[in-house]
Amino acid sequence: MLELKRVSKSYAGGELALNDVSFNVSAGEVVALIGPSGAGKSTLIRCINQLVQPTGGEVLLGGIRLDQLKGRKLRMARRQIGMIFQNYALVERLSVMENVLSGRLAYVGFWQSLLRRYPPDDIRYAVDLLDRVGLSSMLDKRADALSGGQKQRVGIARALIQRPDLLLVDEPTASLDPKSSRQIMRLLCELCREQNLAAIINIHDVALARQFVSRVIGLQQGRVVFDGRPDDLSETVLTEIYGMEDWQEPVHD
Amino acid sequence: MTESNTSLRLSHARQGVWKPLPAITQRWKRLSLNLAVLLYLLLATSSIEVNWARVSQGMERGIAFIASFARPDFLSRLDEIGLGLLESLTMTFVATVIGTLLAIPVGLGAASNMSPTPVYLFCRGVITISRTFQEIIIAILFVTMFGFGPLAGVMTLAFATLGFTAKLLAEDIEDVRKDALEAVKATGAGWLQWVNYAVQPQVMPRLIGLSMYRLDINFRESAVIGIVGAGGIGATLNTSINRYDYDTSAAILILIIIIVLFSEYLSGHIRRWTA
Repeated sequence: MLELKRVSKSYAGGELALNDVSFNVSAGEVVALIGPSGAGKSTLIRCINQLVQPTGGEVLLGGIRLDQLKGRKLRMARRQIGMIFQNYALVERLSVMENVLSGRLAYVGFWQSLLRRYPPDDIRYAVDLLDRVGLSSMLDKRADALSGGQKQRVGIARALIQRPDLLLVDEPTASLDPKSSRQIMRLLCELCREQNLAAIINIHDVALARQFVSRVIGLQQGRVVFDGRPDDLSETVLTEIYGMEDWQEPVHD
Repeated sequence: MTESNTSLRLSHARQGVWKPLPAITQRWKRLSLNLAVLLYLLLATSSIEVNWARVSQGMERGIAFIASFARPDFLSRLDEIGLGLLESLTMTFVATVIGTLLAIPVGLGAASNMSPTPVYLFCRGVITISRTFQEIIIAILFVTMFGFGPLAGVMTLAFATLGFTAKLLAEDIEDVRKDALEAVKATGAGWLQWVNYAVQPQVMPRLIGLSMYRLDINFRESAVIGIVGAGGIGATLNTSINRYDYDTSAAILILIIIIVLFSEYLSGHIRRWTA
């Protein structure tokens, strides 16, 4: 469903953030993207929905070249792709319900959204999703009154109400405690299974990735250096991705 | 908001009916406020009297004034215009520097996260006094105290700059990121070091922007306060208007516009460069 063909991105300074990245993701497949900070994980998922313009290669979703779309067509392609962010990226001064409904912006007109006149179906679906992430009683709370884990759940509901085919998830657990991290990852993977959603999840935490996904892609300095099952992530592979470190021994002071 | 209200709104939303919570929760308060605003608007509009005969008469004079822009006369009063502009620019620059320098301690004192309550109240008081009086009124006071001329003008503009810059600077200081404040305090740094390391870097772009903005406000104000005798180009402008010498007035106004435009352009550059 999603195809990346030899995608590369170089910035104005000449540094190469992505170098010849190719892989496919099929419908319903959840992929974890691992790699050290600065390996290009964030750039890569932003090259998919064109928040960052790749400088070379092709990005295809359902056979359509996203990197050649502009204006309205690009917006229509973007609404098929839900995005979830590291720092939740909620609009803090809006209520939970408004944040979730903002995921419908590409489907409703300007005046409709200004007056908050969303179609009944959208409202019902918003409540269903809030039920699913366990926050329906918070619908009138302002987003800044929520805890980190709750904010990320609202972020997930906002992405899902777009009824996307693909989720791009940028470090969903980086600002959360270990328990919330596991809950969020479990929720994401369950939702993807229920809705047959494909997802690319950028994640630092290798153990967490191993626990929840069936396919891992390792990125190192903008190149794909591993693409396979989590079980095949051997010590040699991790060393190739992250550099020398003792991966098994517990840390002694 | 009550628990039952939330569950009511939730069950409505399940049926597809949802509106955002109104800013004012009680219905009667909301309605009476709307009504009051409407009533006030109606009363206020109906109290405006327009003398159309006077307007049509005035249109001609206004057109004559505007028409003189087509033939501005820079030459016949060249010396006065030159001196006036030079005086205004000097006043503007000196007043902005003095006012901004004084605004820094007052702004720090008026930021609630920086200073103890007595200092805070005192500095807020200074700001309030400065901002209560329009420049013209302060100018009249200073002209009475120091006599006609640019000294009174500089004092006026410096005082106005102090209130303006200190208020906006204080608000910016109150919005700085708390984590940096905490981190620098945790190192055991002294108060001045704390301000220098945690606050100054965060508010400097704003302070520079404000002082540039104030520079061109002060230039414009210098043209106005000249009318009450505080020196500068305003005095020249006032004389020319009193003599019905609109061609010279037009020349002066055009020069003011050019200088303000130039300072706008300059401040854009400086702000980008210091960002």
